[in-house]
Amino acid sequence: MISLLTRDLRLALRAGGGFGLGLAFYLILAVLVPLGVGPAPATLALIAPGILWVGALLACLLSLDRIFALDFEDGSLDLLATAPVPLEAVVSIKALAHWLTTGLPLVLISPVMGLLLFLPSEAYLWLILSLTLGTPALSVIGTFGAALTVGLKRGGLLLSLLVLPLYIPTLIFGAEVVSRGAQGLSVSTPLALLAGITAGAVALLPFASALVLRINLR
Amino acid sequence: MGLRVTDLSCARGGLPLLEGVSFSLEAGQALVLRGPNGCGKTTLLRTVAGLQPALAGQVDLPPEAIAYAAHADGIKSTLSVAENLAFWAAIYGTSSFEEALDRMNLRALAGRAAQNLSAGQKRRLGLARLLVTGRPLWVLDEPTVSLDTASVALFGDVVRRHLQAGGMALIATHIDLGLPEAEILDLASYKARLPEIGAGTFDEAFL
Repeated sequence: MISLLTRDLRLALRAGGGFGLGLAFYLILAVLVPLGVGPAPATLALIAPGILWVGALLACLLSLDRIFALDFEDGSLDLLATAPVPLEAVVSIKALAHWLTTGLPLVLISPVMGLLLFLPSEAYLWLILSLTLGTPALSVIGTFGAALTVGLKRGGLLLSLLVLPLYIPTLIFGAEVVSRGAQGLSVSTPLALLAGITAGAVALLPFASALVLRINLR
Repeated sequence: MGLRVTDLSCARGGLPLLEGVSFSLEAGQALVLRGPNGCGKTTLLRTVAGLQPALAGQVDLPPEAIAYAAHADGIKSTLSVAENLAFWAAIYGTSSFEEALDRMNLRALAGRAAQNLSAGQKRRLGLARLLVTGRPLWVLDEPTVSLDTASVALFGDVVRRHLQAGGMALIATHIDLGLPEAEILDLASYKARLPEIGAGTFDEAFL
């Protein structure tokens, strides 16, 4: 299982692996928003929590279709399904690899993005914390969507349509944590709900993903 | 341990292709599947490998004893030959892939990225994966595609050594692998009769 993780990370980092795609998208978004909305710090500070979370969500979405599509095309997915590793573990490892190459870099770069959007200083801690708690759910839910659409040609659009509604609770509570944090209010309720969504998704969705993957491989 | 397939029926895309397929393999035996294109060789192999459920009948060997080699080799083009093999060796929990490199004549290519291999070299790498699985039954789908005659002979030897070591092989191929001892099963005689339209429920009529 460790070898599957290292293989996926290595593939992501080598040429054409798609590492940095989400990161670049996030960076572009944070640079473009002040140009589009105007440079008034008050306006930007008001919309920064939402923009930062929507950006993270869309950046995650960008690389979802690569999770299984490449392995499906070259036949590795069939071979992995007959290998001694349970498919639930394969799916979890894939989600983890996706988070390490997409979610984690977004978390790490988010303070810089906050700076570009005049995020109030009290909110930085909550931005990092909410993204750390929320992005694993984005990867796990996205892996489920990728498992549903594996094998479809140009399944990217369908994948987005399937996954985006499932992302909405994470987006609402994640952005709520940051905006309440920016106003100095208590964040415990949205934070607990965000953590709950992630815990539930990580615990349950790998089984669903493995099941639909088995059906799709038939 | 042997493979026993009894009264197996399998379908592809909802259409029954084969029915009543029965055969058995003991340790050291190989069975070659023959039949025209589209007769259901790949479907049968995928069913035996546990990738799709059978419509009826059973396969009497757990999927844990089977190594499946499909048309696609499952090679990652940005990894080197050795990295590709090392990955599968780690997945199957067998530590050594060095012997597989030698036996499939890949030693000189070990450090090269798989995207720079020729089609035949890729196939040899895909087949070398079988050697690191350590599983008794090899289920092979057209293993000789794009191999030259020397490589076909090389692979024939690899299969024969696997059989001598007590392994089994189930091979769909049109080319003579140089295994005169292998039995041949022609799948054309197991062709499924198409279900009569309107005989069953609505679902069946629309399959």
